[in-house]
Amino acid sequence: MSKGTVLVLGAKSDIAMAVAHRFAKDGYDIQLAARQADDLEASCTDMELRFRVKVTQHDFDALDVSSHAGFVDALPILPSVVVCAVGYMGEQAENERDVEAAAQVIRSNFEGPASILAELANRFEQRGSGILVGISSVAGDRGRATNYVYGSAKAGFTAFLSGLRNRLAKKGVHVVTVLPGFVATKMTEGMDLPAKLTAQPEEVADKIFNAVQKRRNVIYAKPIWWMIMMIIRNIPEGVFKKLKI
Amino acid sequence: MMAPRSTDELLHLVRQQGAIARGNGRAYGDSAVSATNTIHMKHFNHMVSFDQETGQLIAEAGVLLADVIEAFLPLGWFPFVTPGTKFVTLGGMIAADVHGKNHHKDGSFGAYVDWIDVVTSDGSVERCSKTENTELFEWTLGGMGLTGVILRAAIRLRPVTSAWIEQTTLVADNVSHAMELFEQSMDATYSVAWIDCLQKGQHLGRSLVMLGEHADAGSVPTRFRKTPLQGPAKRRRNFPINMPNWALNGPTVRVFNACYYWNGKRKPKRQVVDWDSYFFPLDAIQGWNKVYGRRGFAQFQCVLPLSHAKDGLNELLDAIANAGSGSFLAVLKRFGPQAGKFSFPMEGYTLALDFPVNAKTLALMNDLDRITLQYNGRFYLAKDSRMPRDVFLQSEPRAEDYIKYRQSKGAPTAFSSAQSERLGL
Repeated sequence: MSKGTVLVLGAKSDIAMAVAHRFAKDGYDIQLAARQADDLEASCTDMELRFRVKVTQHDFDALDVSSHAGFVDALPILPSVVVCAVGYMGEQAENERDVEAAAQVIRSNFEGPASILAELANRFEQRGSGILVGISSVAGDRGRATNYVYGSAKAGFTAFLSGLRNRLAKKGVHVVTVLPGFVATKMTEGMDLPAKLTAQPEEVADKIFNAVQKRRNVIYAKPIWWMIMMIIRNIPEGVFKKLKI
Repeated sequence: MMAPRSTDELLHLVRQQGAIARGNGRAYGDSAVSATNTIHMKHFNHMVSFDQETGQLIAEAGVLLADVIEAFLPLGWFPFVTPGTKFVTLGGMIAADVHGKNHHKDGSFGAYVDWIDVVTSDGSVERCSKTENTELFEWTLGGMGLTGVILRAAIRLRPVTSAWIEQTTLVADNVSHAMELFEQSMDATYSVAWIDCLQKGQHLGRSLVMLGEHADAGSVPTRFRKTPLQGPAKRRRNFPINMPNWALNGPTVRVFNACYYWNGKRKPKRQVVDWDSYFFPLDAIQGWNKVYGRRGFAQFQCVLPLSHAKDGLNELLDAIANAGSGSFLAVLKRFGPQAGKFSFPMEGYTLALDFPVNAKTLALMNDLDRITLQYNGRFYLAKDSRMPRDVFLQSEPRAEDYIKYRQSKGAPTAFSSAQSERLGL
C-alpha cells in the first residue's frame, strides 16, 4: 500500500536521489523528474527492486518555464509531496564577467524552481492538501564575495518559499524550506569542506523526511548551521564588507 | 581516493594504473587501499534485476549485503553465504570470496556467483563465469581485486520461510571436544564455536559450539508469527568513545570471556534468534572497534588442513593462552572442501582472533604465523594487515600461479593494493 507519491525535481542530484530513497523506503511511490530522464532508468529499476514501490521517470526542464504547466498535467498522478532539488552553482568568477552565465545561475536557482513550485502550489491549493519542499541554501542568508550570484538567487528562492508558506498556511498546504549547509555531493566534489560541518546526502534526506512528517518550516542539515548563519547575518555591514569569508 | 560515477570515468581511472577497487571499507587491513589509485565503488550501487523463480539477483558491485537482505528477505530470499558483517559490498564479498558459518556444507560465496563483469587491465569490461572466460572467473573469486575491478555480478539467493534461526548451543570442554562436536554436526546448516582463549591445560580451547538452522514459519516466536519474514525492529547503538589502550588486558578479557561462557552455558540449549542477531551480532554496535582504543586492533585468521588441525589448534591456542593476550573474539569453524583457485578456505579448521595492537600481540602473531606454516595452514587476506612477505609466500604455493596469471594479463601494473605490494602478489 502506497503512502502517497513524492515528486522529486532535479532528480539527478545526490541529495535528490537520497531523498527519493528515503521516501521510497517508507513506502511512498516516487516520480523522478530531470532533464534527459532516460538516464534515470537504472535508478528507477534499482529503487523498485529495493523498496517495492512504483518509481517513474519524467522529462523536466526547470529553465523551460512555459513547459511547467504541461509537465504537471502529464504526471500520472498529482503528488502528495514535492521536493525541489533543482540548482546550479556555476563559477563565481565567470558569473562576474559573463552576464549570460550569471543569468543562467539566477534562472536555475530562482526562476525555474519558483515557477514549477508556483504551478504545483496552485494545484495543491485547489486540492486543499500537499507539501512543497524547496532546497535552498545558507548562501542565500547573506551575500558574500565568493558566491553572491548563486547566493542572491537562493535568497530570492528562500523568500519565495517563505511567502508561499505564508499564503498557503490556512489552505492545507505546507511549505518546507531546506538550507542544507555543506553537503558532500557531486556539486561540492573537490572542494575542501570542513568535515564537522559537512553532511552526507543521506543525512539531509533524513532531515527532509522528518521535516515533512512533522511539518517543519525551515530546517538546516546540521543544527550548528543555524548558529553559524545567525552570527553571519548579524555582523554589521561595515565590518562584514571587509571580511574574507 | 576517487569515486567514479560512470563506467567511462571508471575506465579512465583504471588506465591510470596501480588501481584497486574499494567497497565499503570493511576489510581489516590494506587490501583495498592503493598508494595512488584507490577507486571507491560507492556510486556503482544499483540493483539491476531479480528473478523471483530462481532467486538470481543481478546487481552492481557497490550494493551492500545489508541492502540485499533488506530488499529480498521480505520476499522469502536470503543470501547463501554471509560474512560476519552485513556492511560489505557484493564486489568485496566476491574479491575475498567470503565464507560464513555454513562453509562446511555450502562452500564460500563464489559458489553462488553465476557471472561477474570485470574491468580488466586493457580497459575492457569482460564477463566471466564457470563456463565463459573461466580463468578470469576463477582468479577473480578470492583474487582480492587484483584481476580487475568487479563491476557487476549475478548471484543466487536461497529461499527461506522465516527471518529466524533455530540455534542450538553445545558446550565443549576443550578444543578437541569442540572438534568432535563439529564433526558430529556436519549436517547442521550453520556451525561456529566461540572459544575462551585464556583457558589452559585440559580446558584449553573451552568453547561454545553454536549450530543453526533456518526456522520454519511455525517456529517463529509467537509475537512475530504473523510476519515471519520480518525480524524485530532494532536500534543500532554507537560505541561512544575510544577506550584507553590499557582497558583490554588479561584480567578484563578473562572476566568477559568467563561471563560469556557461563551465560552461554546457562541459556536454554535451543533458542530461536532473529537473523540479524544470529549472523551479525557486532553490526548492532556501530564503531565497536573503538573498544580497542586509538591504536586499534589486528586480526589473525588462518586455516589448518583437517589432518593437522587438532595438533595445530592445540599449539596455536597454547601460544595464545601462554601469552595471556586474550582475544575478545576467538572463533573456530569447520571448513568444507574449497574449489577456488585462490580462495582462502580449505577442508579443515579455521581460527579467527583479534588483538589490540601492541608490541606483545604483534610478537604473538608472528608466533601464530610460524605455527600455522608448520602445520601447512594458510591465511585470510581480507583480515591481514601485517603478514611478512616470506610468511605469505611460504603459506601459498598457489601464489606463483596467480602471479603468472596476473603477469600474462598485464595486471601487475594495472592493479595493485598496499597489501599486494607488501606480499609480493
